[in-house]
Amino acid sequence: MLSWKPTANLEMLKMRAQMLSEVRTFFSQRGVLEVETPALSQAANSDPYIESFSLSNHQRFLHTSPEYAMKRLLAAGSGDIYQICKVWRAEEAGKNHNPEFTLLEWYRVGFSYQQLMEEVELLLRSLLSLKKSSKFYSYQQLFIEFLQINPHKADHSTLINGVRENAPDVEIGNEANWSKQDLLDVLLTHCLEPLFNKEQLTFIYDYPVTQSALANVRPATPTETAVAERFEVYLGKRELGNGYQELRSAEGNAQVIANELKQRAQHQQVIPPKDNYFLQAMEHGIPFTSGVAIGIDRLLMCKFNKKHIQQVISFPWDTA
Amino acid sequence: MASYSTSEFRNGLKFMLDGAPYTILDNELVKPGKGQAFNRVKIRNLKTGRVIDKTWKSGESVEAADVMEIDMEYLYEDGEFWHFMEPESYEQHAADKNAVEDVIKWLKPQEIYQVTLWNGAPLSITPPNFVELKITECDPGVQGNTAQGATKPAIVETGAAIKVPLFVEEGEVVKIDTRSGEYLSRAK
Repeated sequence: MLSWKPTANLEMLKMRAQMLSEVRTFFSQRGVLEVETPALSQAANSDPYIESFSLSNHQRFLHTSPEYAMKRLLAAGSGDIYQICKVWRAEEAGKNHNPEFTLLEWYRVGFSYQQLMEEVELLLRSLLSLKKSSKFYSYQQLFIEFLQINPHKADHSTLINGVRENAPDVEIGNEANWSKQDLLDVLLTHCLEPLFNKEQLTFIYDYPVTQSALANVRPATPTETAVAERFEVYLGKRELGNGYQELRSAEGNAQVIANELKQRAQHQQVIPPKDNYFLQAMEHGIPFTSGVAIGIDRLLMCKFNKKHIQQVISFPWDTA
Repeated sequence: MASYSTSEFRNGLKFMLDGAPYTILDNELVKPGKGQAFNRVKIRNLKTGRVIDKTWKSGESVEAADVMEIDMEYLYEDGEFWHFMEPESYEQHAADKNAVEDVIKWLKPQEIYQVTLWNGAPLSITPPNFVELKITECDPGVQGNTAQGATKPAIVETGAAIKVPLFVEEGEVVKIDTRSGEYLSRAK
């Protein structure tokens, strides 16, 4: 039955306001500047796994994160910045997803991604009142420890077998339709994330290079494979945020976007215009920086033990 | 045959998997912030009733199942088949033992049941949640005994064995929950 009423109760709305206020206090105490950037822009995210909403008659796209614009501020010398804003991702609706949601994104100049993980841990343990210290695994450690699969070295058929063995519920169908990343993603979401402790944060870092997005890639050494300096943070199996040692090379950024657009073309996906303002800013250059984005709605779900994202949002997608 | 993409998955959708018709009980999007999305669904095999979990990569398709749920009147049984009729068109459908097995004990002529048709043939029958049936067999009532929880066995007109309170008499009509098989009250 349709109802005009909010799906989150008044108490939850107060708790949301309080959490946002705690976040603002946290950053204000650290001298991180709150900024705003456009929600509607002329270019859109090129990531093939994230779809933007577009306003076709105005040639504008709703942002899926404020990443490009905030990096333009970094290039302009803003220093440390954070933003709390609504973002939109098409095709993402469910118990843990609302197509419109609230993101907290921040950038710390001079921070390594390890330092940023520590700051994320500090903020989240305080916001979520977590007593237990956190777990940290490299992506490789996690796969080897729990699945005996080396995610960087395993070939397609090893991963297919890994899925058949560890996630028998998955309908594989035509094996050729599955990329290595698809197979790693299904193992991570179906076999590894469910193992994470509900009372402590779990960090995963150093991702396969194929999943670098705009994170810096640390080249291979004689003893180690190349990895993307990227991390994710979870509470239990709930993904809360994603961070990078930001890729600084202008060429590197242009290459990532070109590759993503090519991949979109191969899969007959929408091909949005490239963000040339962002690319120009990267030509100008950004300082050594780490950045991270955290889903505020998910934090509220964790803190108040809510199973459906609707319970923390006043008016979710279906009644918006 | 039509097909459904995972983006059309919703509760109650009927589709084919390994040659059997299934219905979706629960559909959940599993999507890493950066990475491939999956649909994790709980589905029921409409032939066996078994519930299983399955995961599809988002964007994949499944073949639609020709399954319809129609309210029909139960007519009679001929020893081999149980006959149902669509009240509007008078079209009759013969259900075999497999389809009616679980509900035989609730079947009463002239009552309305939900018949699930797969490729035009009855696959399963769902009785109404509540039915009113006459007691055909039970020990004599014990007047004045309304002790909580005290029951005696009884048989109703459709053959189902139920438990009723001690005061209920043979020949009375009682209301029963078919999902639990429990006596609810005397019929009004």
